[in-house]
Amino acid sequence: MRARVLVRPKQGILDPQGQAVERALPALGFSGVANVHVGRLIELDVDDPSQLPEMCERLLANPLVEDYEIVEENGR
Amino acid sequence: MKFGVVRFPGSCDEVDALEAARRVGDAVLLWHADHDLQDVDAVIVPGGFSYGDYLRAGAIARFAPVMEEVADFARGGGLVLGICNGFQVLCEAGLLPGALLPNTSLKFVFRQVALEVVDADTPFTNACQPGERLSVPVKHTTGRYFSPEPVHVVLRYAPGENPNGSQDDIAGVCNDAGNVFGLMPHPEHAVDPLTGSTDGLKIFESLRAQVDDRVHA
Amino acid sequence: MTIASTPSRHRQLGLTDHEYELIVERLEREPGDVELAMLSLMWSEHCAYKHSRKLLRRLPTQGPHVIMGPGENAGAVDVGSGLALAFKVESHNHPSAVEPFQGAATGVGGILRDVFAVGARPIAVLDSLRFGEPEGSERSRYLLERAVAGIGHYGNSIGVPTVGGEIYFESSYEQNCLINAMCLGLAPRERLIRSAAVGVGNVLMLLGALTGRDGIGGASVLASAELGEGDEAKRPSVQIGDPFTEKKLLECCLELLDRGLLSSLQDLGAAGLTSSASEMASKGEVGIDIDVYRVPLREPGMEPFEIMISESQERMLCVVEPERVAEVMDVCEHWEVPATPIGSVTEGRRLRVLNRGNVVADLPVEVLVDECPLYDLEPIQPAIELYPAPPPKLSGGESPGEVLLALLASPNVASRRPVFEQYDPIVGSRTVRRPEEADAAVLMLPDGSAIAVSIDGNGRRVACDPRRGAAEAVFECAANLACVGAEPLGLTNCLNFGNPEKPHVAWQLTEAVEGLAEACEALGIPVVGGNVSLYNEAPAGPILPTPVVGIVGKLPDARRAGRLGFAGDGDAIALVGEFRPSLSGSEVEKLMGRPPRGPLPSVKATAVRDARETVRDGIRSEALHNAHDIAEGGLGVALAECCIAGRIGARVELPADFELFGESPGTAYVVSGPEEVVARIGQAIGRVGGDRLEVVGRLDVALAELTTAFEGGLERFG
Repeated sequence: MRARVLVRPKQGILDPQGQAVERALPALGFSGVANVHVGRLIELDVDDPSQLPEMCERLLANPLVEDYEIVEENGR
Repeated sequence: MKFGVVRFPGSCDEVDALEAARRVGDAVLLWHADHDLQDVDAVIVPGGFSYGDYLRAGAIARFAPVMEEVADFARGGGLVLGICNGFQVLCEAGLLPGALLPNTSLKFVFRQVALEVVDADTPFTNACQPGERLSVPVKHTTGRYFSPEPVHVVLRYAPGENPNGSQDDIAGVCNDAGNVFGLMPHPEHAVDPLTGSTDGLKIFESLRAQVDDRVHA
Repeated sequence: MTIASTPSRHRQLGLTDHEYELIVERLEREPGDVELAMLSLMWSEHCAYKHSRKLLRRLPTQGPHVIMGPGENAGAVDVGSGLALAFKVESHNHPSAVEPFQGAATGVGGILRDVFAVGARPIAVLDSLRFGEPEGSERSRYLLERAVAGIGHYGNSIGVPTVGGEIYFESSYEQNCLINAMCLGLAPRERLIRSAAVGVGNVLMLLGALTGRDGIGGASVLASAELGEGDEAKRPSVQIGDPFTEKKLLECCLELLDRGLLSSLQDLGAAGLTSSASEMASKGEVGIDIDVYRVPLREPGMEPFEIMISESQERMLCVVEPERVAEVMDVCEHWEVPATPIGSVTEGRRLRVLNRGNVVADLPVEVLVDECPLYDLEPIQPAIELYPAPPPKLSGGESPGEVLLALLASPNVASRRPVFEQYDPIVGSRTVRRPEEADAAVLMLPDGSAIAVSIDGNGRRVACDPRRGAAEAVFECAANLACVGAEPLGLTNCLNFGNPEKPHVAWQLTEAVEGLAEACEALGIPVVGGNVSLYNEAPAGPILPTPVVGIVGKLPDARRAGRLGFAGDGDAIALVGEFRPSLSGSEVEKLMGRPPRGPLPSVKATAVRDARETVRDGIRSEALHNAHDIAEGGLGVALAECCIAGRIGARVELPADFELFGESPGTAYVVSGPEEVVARIGQAIGRVGGDRLEVVGRLDVALAELTTAFEGGLERFG
């Protein structure tokens, strides 16, 4: 089945990429934008979705500085 | 004194590290896929872009077969020096605390910086004086050191010299046991007066002194 | 996709009716789809040099140190101790205008491959960049930022230092930025390899990345036509680079060569498999069969013509004796480089493309490579001024001190530190002079000698006077080398011009090539290779005619490489060379809001040679403590730059009528050293010392102010 892992910087860690995007959007004329964070998306086909958390802990994210969210194709 | 310099696919400064180490002792390359540390006295995990910095810098290299041996070697008290990408690999591998994050500027930065020796009592800095200034180049995009827990700081960027936003101006740390050391600046590029300063040589000389002491102890 | 068989399908692919008729006549039939796609690329300007090949024959290519001249992937010169230095410059202008990060990155990737394709290990990269004015144009600031990031990304990741370069800003480049990348590589002479395919029956192998749809139609769509509206739609054609893959490919190829496992090697660039295979076959006077079914693909369902013209990056083609294939596969596996036999070298001189054994294209090699018609240029000197006056930044009422500060802060003069700090200049441990330490980059060789390299050009001055302006580029580049103590060994050039079918551009091109040739002959520097990029035009008109030259040279002792900055308090300062500074085409004239207008000062080649040799020898013997050639901003700026780099002031006296900011590139130098030395070789003008730059009676500015202006100039553009 198809899974998506969203990886984002942990709350409280300086995210200069997010800040840069947050500054750039108003410059293009978009107002009302706040709290921007930039992370990574990993998409994969997996036979056994129960392995996903361990994949995230060991490789896909760095748990010291990143949070991850697993989204499976059926929307769970 | 025999150094081993790891080479991953994508390592760039491994030959520079090899040549720097050879000014002070013997040195061999340790291929990433081999399980053989060739009886070296100290392992250097060098700078570069192992595995293209894919996913996260050092995230894939830390799983290389040779790193299993390096981890065993470190757990047994072996001396391990991680430079730049090597520092990133050691943090990813849990052999050093903390993590390296993207530079605050979001850009690659090359600069000759002044470092302050915070702890001159490690196997990597015993040839230095406490508070001594070392002139060493940095060149990286992901060098901002972060650790939520207190760490054993060995080198700091001198005031005003922090090129990447590292917390507390941290440039290099070692583990609690004091045998594994990682730093973002490149001492192997500060060993020849023709190409820059020679302050980096002290790190290699410290390692040799450490190993000599052990042999003669 | 089957190309519709309408009478104009060849036109859709960029072939003229006349060219199509020639093809039909030669083949004695109509070409098939795959054949037409291949021919349209091989006969494009980018691959065939239709409008420039005849003109390029004018350039001198012989020299005592030349090992490989034009025609191979890179030229090479002998640098002593059994070593060869391969080098070349190439443009990637059109792709960079569309996607600057990847365009610049793959430009670097491509020139790296050209160098290791001849068996040399890349040891340095330089880049010559041109954009519109940053102050008025967000687009130009964006292109600058992204192109620099792309060059840094590729060069830094692959571990080749970027040691020098140049950046210019002119409104003329607003729609047509220029990205020229130069690479140098080192090889033991025996490892140099040519690209001619040899050995009938040998196996053709494809190494490196999988083949996808990158750059399909790139060569003819982007490089042989002027950029107009709708270039968003061209985005899918831009290639994406992967330096990690190229690093592995580079190490793999060098090991294959060290082990003598390859009979020939060629990189895949513009027009992909089609051009590489055709050129290998042509040089070797053999034929080649390729079965596209065997090519490892990244995308499903690719058609034979797509596979043959794909410009997917990081791929090399090699010819291997059958009994060596297994060993080649082993080396490739060690380096994690995909390697696949895809064809063979054949008797006869035909390039045949098969799909699972069925022939889908069968062409004589000569038709692809040699028989594209070459066009004569029809040059006519323009009667009108082609380039508008820039907006004035100075009113004319400023004091010389104010003019100096304005020049130092101007984008064409200011410190490039914000850019070069994004590049790694030291990996490889050979770099003896880093950016801004001297007028040329210096890299040491194992025997204690060193290579020096610089890349130079000036579009405004060539616009004023193409013949003299182009010659100045050569003189200036050679002067930069003299300032570190180096003697030129060879030159590579990139000719960036507008549409050559327009008579005024044809005139610019013809005159510029003549100027290059004359200057190279005068200084005895052979041209060993280069590149041409034409059709750099927007509706408003052509770019400034911009020949860019890169020269490599050698100095006997790396420890004695020269430096730019004043070094000794109390040193005497001298002007060396027959200097006739003029305001035509100068930076100050630009700041005053005047359009480029000639003629440029005439220059005596013998005087240029003498001055160059004097400075070179003065540096080599360490008699001189610094040397800096006088270029943009004239003597005023040159003196300021020497003070800023040396962190020390100077006091200088000049004749009242001396044009302080007048220019004549490549003819004169600022040097300093002990009084006796300096008085002998040049015209003494003053002394090093203090913390101000004083030109008696003209200006007196604090070093701190000069430094702030110089360092802040580009910084403000991010």
